[in-house]
Amino acid sequence: MSRPPLDTPVGAPPAQQTAMFLSMKVDLVVNGVRHELRLDPRTTLLDCLREHLGLAGTKKGCDHGQCGACTVHLDGRRVNACLVLAATLDGREVTTVEGLARDGQLHPVQAAFLEQDAYQCGYCTAGQIMSAAALLSEPCGESDAEVKECMSGNICRCGAYKNIVAAVQQARRRPA
Amino acid sequence: MEMFQLRRADDVAQAVNAAAYAEDRQGAPVRFLAGGTTLIDLMKLDVERPGMVVDINRLPLDRIEPTPEGGVRIGATVRNADLAHDPVIRERYPVLSQALLSGASAQLRNMATTGGNLLQRTRCVYFRDVAMPCNKREPGSGCPAIGGYNRNLAVLGTSDACIASNPSDMNVALMALGAAIEIQGADGARTVGIDDFFLLPGDTPQRETVLAPGELITHVTLPPLPAGTRSHYLKLRDRASYEFALASAAVVVTMANGSIKTARVAMGGIGTRPWRVPSAELLLAGGAPSAAVFEAAARELLRDARPQSENAFKIELARRCLVHALNTVTAAD
Repeated sequence: MSRPPLDTPVGAPPAQQTAMFLSMKVDLVVNGVRHELRLDPRTTLLDCLREHLGLAGTKKGCDHGQCGACTVHLDGRRVNACLVLAATLDGREVTTVEGLARDGQLHPVQAAFLEQDAYQCGYCTAGQIMSAAALLSEPCGESDAEVKECMSGNICRCGAYKNIVAAVQQARRRPA
Repeated sequence: MEMFQLRRADDVAQAVNAAAYAEDRQGAPVRFLAGGTTLIDLMKLDVERPGMVVDINRLPLDRIEPTPEGGVRIGATVRNADLAHDPVIRERYPVLSQALLSGASAQLRNMATTGGNLLQRTRCVYFRDVAMPCNKREPGSGCPAIGGYNRNLAVLGTSDACIASNPSDMNVALMALGAAIEIQGADGARTVGIDDFFLLPGDTPQRETVLAPGELITHVTLPPLPAGTRSHYLKLRDRASYEFALASAAVVVTMANGSIKTARVAMGGIGTRPWRVPSAELLLAGGAPSAAVFEAAARELLRDARPQSENAFKIELARRCLVHALNTVTAAD
């Protein structure tokens, strides 16, 4: 196999190499809006949303994929935004909690969270809602136990789980 | 996280070449990035500090295809969720589907890939903390897990250098199924059976698999299973969901006329690699399923188990786990 052409000066000092790769061009569609960004390759999707695009609805909890507070949809599927490098997402579509409502109408999951009072402090709520919205189109059994299993990637330290399960079940009975 | 060069590969040759190039020309460790659920986590902890990251998410390795022999060939970037819910996997290899769905969360399963899960790193707290010594992370620095916090660590395959457990569920199922792993390197392709893929820590715990630097996993192939084969995965853990196994069992049993014709059994959570003992499987083969036979097989599989200061309970837990899984898989429908 032939090797690709050099785009790094071999033996260049680390600082110089760093400067070359410090910023990467990324076209990202977030909530239907295209953004042309230049990003440090270390930027996670979570930090990109919050720090570069001003979309602070997506929350940073553990920053290690353990709590689910940063859950967003990537090409329609729920992921932990803290474990995705934004520079790898050129041309991909992201939906955050800010993009869930349509034409001034809350998403059924958002409405259900309100009706069921499915939160206390609210910090995990955006992640819970994004997870639940994705769950509507995933294979998940009908029982509360199965909903709990499907939602186990979202931690609520206030312990509002009972109402969260009720909200998810309500949204499933009245889908979008 | 330290700075790295990020490259996107569009095909396998590009990915492998980028890796080979980085290795010999720059001396910087290179990592392939797929789902990122292990790699990005460890890069944030400075446990992984690659000089180059090659994004392989756009490689055409995201398909699940039948093989001419009647098995299934799984691309390395097939997501755990897609593999778990694939109709063929669910019907013919339920142990794999169950193992995948017992691991991580729905979000992580949408990200994590087949190839990446084979390379999932240990959850040993000392490995994940760069302020602590760890022979796996920094060879020769010591192993504070021995005599330290080791409740979740291995009782089989350990050495004086390392007792880290392999945390994967998928790998346990793949071992019970006898999967084969296709690997592409700069010098060509090779296929390694899963029994030969994982290395014991010995005195080189930093080497976890037979992959050479720059080699890329491209596919995992499952063999066809004979008629009358049933399989099952049982995972025991501290909470009901979203937790690593204390002990798990993947059992693949071919039945004929009420007897066990052949069995393949692997266990997770208890070994430095997914654990399989062929002599235990031989005890199961050729007779009717019975509690006595299951007990004997479990004792044989765990014969060399050596507890650490906090995890002796795992040996009894693993014994019961395997017996229960065998009971379940052989029970009449």
